[in-house]
Order: sequence, then C-alpha cells, then structure tokens
Amino acid sequence: MNRAHRATLAVFLVAVGIAIFIVARAHYVADLSAFLPQSPSPSQQLLVQQLQDGPASRLILVGIDGADAERRAKASHELASILRRHPQFGLVSNGESGAGEADQRFVFDHRYALSDAVTPERFSVEGLESAIGDSLQTMTGTVGLSGADLFRVDPTGETLQVVDQISGGTQPTHASGVWSSKDGHRALLLLQTAASGADTDGQEQALRNVQSAWASLHPVGLSLLISSPGKFAVDARATIKREATRLSVLSAALIVLLLLWAYRSVPAVLLGLLPVASGALAGIASVQLGFGLVHGITLGFGVTLIGESVDYSVYLLVQGRSSDNRALWPTIVLGALTSICGFASLLPSTFPGLAQLGLFSIAGLVAAALVTRFVLPTLLPSRMRMADLTQLGLTIGRGLARATPRPLLARALAVGLGLICLSVLWGTRERLWNRDITALSPVPETARRLDAELRADLSAPDIGSLIVVTAADDQTVLRASETIGRQLDTLTADGALAGYDSPAHYLPSERTQQSRVRSLPDGPTLRERVGQVGSALGLKADALEPFLQQVTAAREAPLMTAATLQGTSFALGLSSLMWQNAGTWHAILPLRGDVDLARVRDALAAGPTGAAADVGAQWLVMNIKQETDSLYGSYLNAALRLSAYGFAAIVILLLVALRDPARVLRVLSALLLSVLCVVAALALAHVQLTILHLVGMLLIVAVGSNYALFFDRRAADEDGAALPLTLASLTLANLCTVMGFGVLAFSSVPVLQALGMTVAPGTLLALYFSALLAPRRLWSLCAH
Amino acid sequence: MIPSCRHDVLWMPVALIATLLCLAPTEGTAAEGTAAGGTAANPAGNDPSTGLAAVMSRLAQRRHGEADFTEEKYLAMLKAPVRSSGTLIYDAPDHLEERTLAPRAQSAVLDHGVLTMQSGKRSRSLAIADYPQFAPLIDSIRATLAGDRAALERAFELRFSGELEHWQLHLEPRDPQLRATLKQIELTGAQDAISEVQIEQRNGDHSLMHITPRE
Repeated sequence: MNRAHRATLAVFLVAVGIAIFIVARAHYVADLSAFLPQSPSPSQQLLVQQLQDGPASRLILVGIDGADAERRAKASHELASILRRHPQFGLVSNGESGAGEADQRFVFDHRYALSDAVTPERFSVEGLESAIGDSLQTMTGTVGLSGADLFRVDPTGETLQVVDQISGGTQPTHASGVWSSKDGHRALLLLQTAASGADTDGQEQALRNVQSAWASLHPVGLSLLISSPGKFAVDARATIKREATRLSVLSAALIVLLLLWAYRSVPAVLLGLLPVASGALAGIASVQLGFGLVHGITLGFGVTLIGESVDYSVYLLVQGRSSDNRALWPTIVLGALTSICGFASLLPSTFPGLAQLGLFSIAGLVAAALVTRFVLPTLLPSRMRMADLTQLGLTIGRGLARATPRPLLARALAVGLGLICLSVLWGTRERLWNRDITALSPVPETARRLDAELRADLSAPDIGSLIVVTAADDQTVLRASETIGRQLDTLTADGALAGYDSPAHYLPSERTQQSRVRSLPDGPTLRERVGQVGSALGLKADALEPFLQQVTAAREAPLMTAATLQGTSFALGLSSLMWQNAGTWHAILPLRGDVDLARVRDALAAGPTGAAADVGAQWLVMNIKQETDSLYGSYLNAALRLSAYGFAAIVILLLVALRDPARVLRVLSALLLSVLCVVAALALAHVQLTILHLVGMLLIVAVGSNYALFFDRRAADEDGAALPLTLASLTLANLCTVMGFGVLAFSSVPVLQALGMTVAPGTLLALYFSALLAPRRLWSLCAH
Repeated sequence: MIPSCRHDVLWMPVALIATLLCLAPTEGTAAEGTAAGGTAANPAGNDPSTGLAAVMSRLAQRRHGEADFTEEKYLAMLKAPVRSSGTLIYDAPDHLEERTLAPRAQSAVLDHGVLTMQSGKRSRSLAIADYPQFAPLIDSIRATLAGDRAALERAFELRFSGELEHWQLHLEPRDPQLRATLKQIELTGAQDAISEVQIEQRNGDHSLMHITPRE
C-alpha cells in the first residue's frame, strides 16, 4: 500500500466517521407527514397543521361489539371509569347520564349568556309580553303539568333556545344509558388524548393504555374497535419500520447469495458491498443535513440504492479484471451522471418524501461511485481468487444472439411494441393517473372503512367543508366566529348549507356575553315590566318571582371562560373546535349538509365579515378532501414536469458525451420502450399510477442507462475481448436490481410496492431492449 | 365533537303525554277482548287484581285509537284555570300523537322512539333513548301496551277499584325523582276506554282531562 493509497483510506475513514456521527444523531420521523406538503399556501398550512396537530388528531374513536346492549353498556361504563383516571386522556365521553346532568345544569345556569335571543328588545315590555305569552301558551297547550316549574324560572324560554342552538348538531343515540350506534349493536366512546396528534410515541402509549384497560375488564364475547388518526400514525410507523427492515434484510441476503454464487469468494462479496454500505450512510447523513430530519419511508427507499450502487462494484470486480478496462470508468461515470440527472429532478419537489428520496439517491450514488473508484481498488488484494465469469458471459452472449432477431426486424419489433403500448396508454388515459391522495396512504382500506363507520356512528364531524378562523388571541377568534356565524345563519335559512358548528356556541366571546348581560334590565325595572305583562297574561303577582331573582343573579354572574365549561361535554365541543398553536389561535366551524362552497365564500366575502378582518382575524373556507386532492394533484403535475426536465437533461448529457445522435437515439429508445411496456402493463392490469410509479420510471431510466451505455460502448470496440465480462457483469448487476426491487413489490406499504412493481420488470426489460437494439455485430463477436 | 344536550324539565310533560296516550281509549275492540280467559272466569270483577288484569288485557289488544280531549289546568301561578283541547291518536305498537288545537295549534308525536314537538315554526326532534332517566318509564308504558302489568307496576304503585264497566286506577310513581314533583294520577274508565284523567302535582297544581272516543 503506497502513500496515496493510505491518504485515500484515511480520507475515507474520516468521512465514514463523520457520516456515522450524523446518522447516529439523526432525527427520525415515521408518521404520515412524509405524505403531507410543506407548502406555502396558508390554507394548506392550516390543513396540515390540523391533520397533524389539531384537536381532531387527538380524538380516539372506540366501539364495543358483541354480546347484548346491557353488557356492552357495562363494559363501556367500566372502560370509561378506568380511562378517566388516566392523566393521558383529557376527556373520556361515553354518553353516561352523569355528564348529561352536568350539561343540563350548565345550559340552565348560563342561559342568559348563551342564548342568541337575549337582546334589549326581548326584555322590553313588548318583547317580554311576546316571549312570556309564547311560553305560556306552549305550556298550557301541552298535556300534563310539569312545564310549569320551568316556566316560573325561565318564562322567556332561553333554556330551550340554547338547546335549539346547540343541538343543531346531530348526536349519537343512546342504548342502555350509553352512546350507541344507530342500529343499536355497538357501544361507543370518544376519547381525547392529552398528547398531540403529532406525538406518535404519546399516541402509542395512549392506545396501549386503552388496550390494557380493556384487557383488565376480562371482556368475554365482546370485542374492542379502535380508530384514530394517532392509531393510523402508530400503525403506519410500525408497518414502515417492519417493512423497511424486513425488505432491506431480505434483498441484501438475496443479493449476497447471488454474488457469492457468481464470485465464489467471500472477500469479493464483502468488498462489493462496501460501496453500498457507504452509499447508504452518505445518503442518510445528507438527508439529515439537508432536511433536519429523516422520514422512515426514506430508509425504505434505501433498498433502491442497494439495487443500483451494487452495480458499480459488480462492474469493477467483474470487468475491471479484464485486460481492457479503459472504457470502464467513463461509462460508469456517464451512467451515474444519467441517474443523478434523473434524481435531481426530485429535489425541488415540495413533497417531502420525494425530495428526501432525491437527495438520498444522489448522495448515495456519488458516494458509492467514489468508493468504488478510489477506495475499493486500494483494498483489493493483488491476487484475489475469484471465479472467472468469461464463460458465463459467452453463454449469455450466445443466448442473446439467439434471442435477438435481425436489426431490421428488431427495430420493427421495437417500433411495433412501442405503438401498441402507446395505444394502450391512449385508451386508458382517463384513468391512468390516480389523483386521490389516499392511494399513497399506508393506512389499509379496512382500517379506513372502520374509521368511517365509527365516525358515522358517533356523528363525529367527518372532516368535510369547514371555515378556519385564525387570530392572535382567543377572544378575537371567538368574535370573528360569531360574525361569520351570523352570516352562516342567513345562508342556512337560504339552504346553502344544512347548519354549522362553532366554538362560540359553547363559549360566546366576552363582548357578546357582556352585551347579553347588559340587555337584562335591573331588578326594579324588570319587576315593573313583568308585573305589567304578567297581569295582562293572567299570571298572579308572585308567579314569576323566581325569574326575577335569576335575572338579577345573571346580571351579577362572572363572565364564562373555558374553565367554566369543565366537567361538561361542552368542554370537548369547545376544545375540538378551538385551539392554540405556537401563539396563534385557530377555530374551525364545520359546515353540515350539501354545502355550496362557492356561495358561502361569496357571501362571506361580500358580507360584514370584513369586520372579522378589522379585528385582526383571518378566515378561510375550505373542503379538506378537495384541498388534499388538489394538493396531491399539484404534486403530481409538478413531479411530471420535473421528470420531463430530468429527461431533457439526460438527453443533453448523452448528446454531449456520445456526440452522436444515432447512438443517443439507440440508448434512449431501449429505455423509453422499457418504461412504456411497464406502464402499459400496469394500465392493462388496472393499476392506477401514482407519484411513486413516476419515481419508478425515473429509476428504470437511471439504472437502465448503464446497460444501454455499456452495450453502446462495447459496440465501438474493435474486438470482442471485453464483451463476455461486460455481459456477465451487466446480467449480474441486473439480477441484483431485479431482486432488490422485486422484494419491494411484495411490500404492504403502497408506495414501496408501487416502486417495486415498476422497477423490477422495467430494468429487466431495459437490459433486454438494450441488447435488442444493440448493433448486431456484438453477438457475432460472441459466436467466435 | 358535538356534546349531547338534554334538559330534564323539558321531558316531564313528555313522560306524562306518553302515559296518557298509551291508556287512551279506542272504539270497537271490547267485543274481541271479552274472549280472554281471566275475564270470562271472573265476570263480576269484584276482585281488584282480576279487574285490573281484565282492563290490562283489553288495553293490550288495541291496534288503533283516536279520541278528542279537553283539559283544564289549575295552576297556582295563574289567576284562573286554563283550558286546552285537541285530539289523541294511537297506533300500535309505538306511534303516539297529541294534537292540541286550542289555545293554539301545536303537536307532540312519539314515533319509533323519536319524539317530535312542533309549535308554530319551531320543531325539535329527540330520541327517547338519549334520556336514560325516562327510558324506564317509557319502556314500562310500552310494556303496558303489550299488556305487561308487571312493567307498569315497576314504575307505579297501582290501586285498582270498581269493576270492568266502571273502574278507577290510581297511580303513584315509584321513582324518587318523579315523586318529588308528581303526586298521583287517577284514571277513570269503562272496559278499555278511559274517560277521565286527573293529575296532581306535589305543589298543588292539578289538571283534569276528559276524553271522548271518536266514532
């Protein structure tokens, strides 16, 4: 080992040390945020925040199935009482009457602050006469007597007014005293975790507590159903972790076995894996440096790197030993540059998963190529005993010579196949791309169905259309919600929506509370007015004495705050509709029914909602599903555009390097044909393409370009001396890639599966088409 | 999330409506009812429990009933009693309607466990099952419709007097919460037709309802 070698090794070791240091301290995230945008649009930011960290992300929906209603109710009660003792759960609701009584008490006690109907006019002589007369008629018109007690304390009917205001929302039904599904076959609970939805560990802990509380009840014949955004994240993390480990180990094992069979040398295999390991290390370190965090899914993509980076050492170990290896490095470098052009097109993507994959691949490939070029040769023993693959190469060559027809026929075949594929794609163009973001979600279909079912049972708002209000403090948010609410009342009356929910229904702003309390006349004034109205309506003088006392008390009562709601189910209502995040307050007003979004937007823009903006609040009307789909659609369009740029860069690169349009055309046709065949086959198999299939196509071009370039290079040789080893190394490299990606095709994570089923067949085809379109002369060289 | 919201006070009249409606009279079923064994064996009805069994069994056989009612309420807070009138409709097994026509039109309909109350433009619907405190009472009423006297006795202490052709049934609630406001209900009837309902509250308020079957 000379001094230059020692210096190279020292640099390598230092680099490895730094990379290990970074990788060991890297921040790994394994939630679904890899699929969410880091987008500048404010509505999308709110959307992501709501999905990751909003109150809805902290809800856990629980169902109890089996046995009979009594036993389900008992289990529901016992589970709820265990969970209520856990500090991890902010709220545990199962519809038990205890909570209901607290709600009734709360509505009754705060009716004057909560009722929309409380205005100075309502408490004028005319207003009182109309309101009290109305209540009196309702009471006397109802068979029975008991309404009289309520009439004496609340003759203007504010309690019922508040009930009407709030119960606009549908509520779960009851069976045996607890919440139940509408068909009555399932008991339901709703939990809110203290941990934020983005805290996957906290969510996992909370879910484990629910499970162990359930197990401690020893339920016989009952089954527990759980669904929550947190559970999705926890399950997705476990799946991604399991799959990434399992698949990487499996494909690495397969590749090692293949190389052992081919090389018949353990040192050669170990040395051959050095660039792969270095590449993976460099990839993770760069992602951590570039993004500040590493998505679990990016590690899953690490397999893709094994597929390509192992090729370099295969080329070196197999071909590098032949007498003529002058062409080796320029070809490998050109192949690597082609791949980098492809991956670089992912870098500007706002889709975090894709951008990370781009950087991971580029850094990994560069590191693998550098290690193969500079480090590996210094480590190779001068006389390594390794199988000679010349004979294998000759056999492959003869096989290819038989399997490839004459040039004219080959070209006709290629053009024909290309046309068939294009016509298939034209025929399926309407359904070719999947623009639904759920196609990427690692949440299985069954889990999504259960979630939808429980949500419907609980009448939990399916995140549909909503208005988001944002301001610097809670009072501003509440005031803006009230202003918007008045507009929505008009729109509801006009039929533009069926109704809405608002945090101000549970906790009116202080200003509104004050103005309502100020509407209440002072004791003597009210006594005089009520006396006048009462005698006109046939009431005895002291009939409404309780009312007078209560109004006086209401005038003195302190304003309600969020703390006042503690212990009632209104606390859950408020905290799921209004929350604070990083110094900013948000409120959501879910809209119900078939909402005419355009009309709501227009009305809010035209109306006095400007007042909401005056006090420093912003509002946005959006439909979550539309928003996420359009977001994903914009990713897809951006990725398609960027891929086109990447492809153009590859064409220019090849034109510059090969300086011959005919050769460039031959290289590119093989690659394009492989991509077309795979995509057409997927379309025929009714697989809708996602953004990950697009990445797969990019990988076909990146990996396949090596094959086409090597064939192109060898065709320029004067003799066929280097050809057998080139063929052997290409076949070996291709098998490694097919194995690595083939394993991915069996993954249960949709994104990994999409990648596997595109790349494995695609690279195999790329090798074949490169051979098919290579000059016929190559095969005659083999025949000798 | 939308919290549940209830108000017990709102529910008191409902429970009573249901009690009355389930006992509301019908036409033309008495003849069929007499075939029942117990009644035939003790036609005199001097034994109160036998008489009650006979009434219960007849009530259980009704499929449909319609009647007009007038009611007078004597409330401590009112200078004079108030009068209301309207129609009661019953369809087995669980459709009950109270349509008040005077002093102004309003209605309460209990159908398949959902109660819809309408007054002027206002309408509110509520599921009975959401009010666990009243579910037992409603259940007992349903059981009464099915002739299940034991269920009625779970909710009230019963005192039966008279005979099948002219009987009185005195009900006192067992539930402490209900007892706090409701003192007693007194039903008067002949065969399966109830002609009079008197309700008395703890605070002295009371009402008297006259029922006339519709032809």
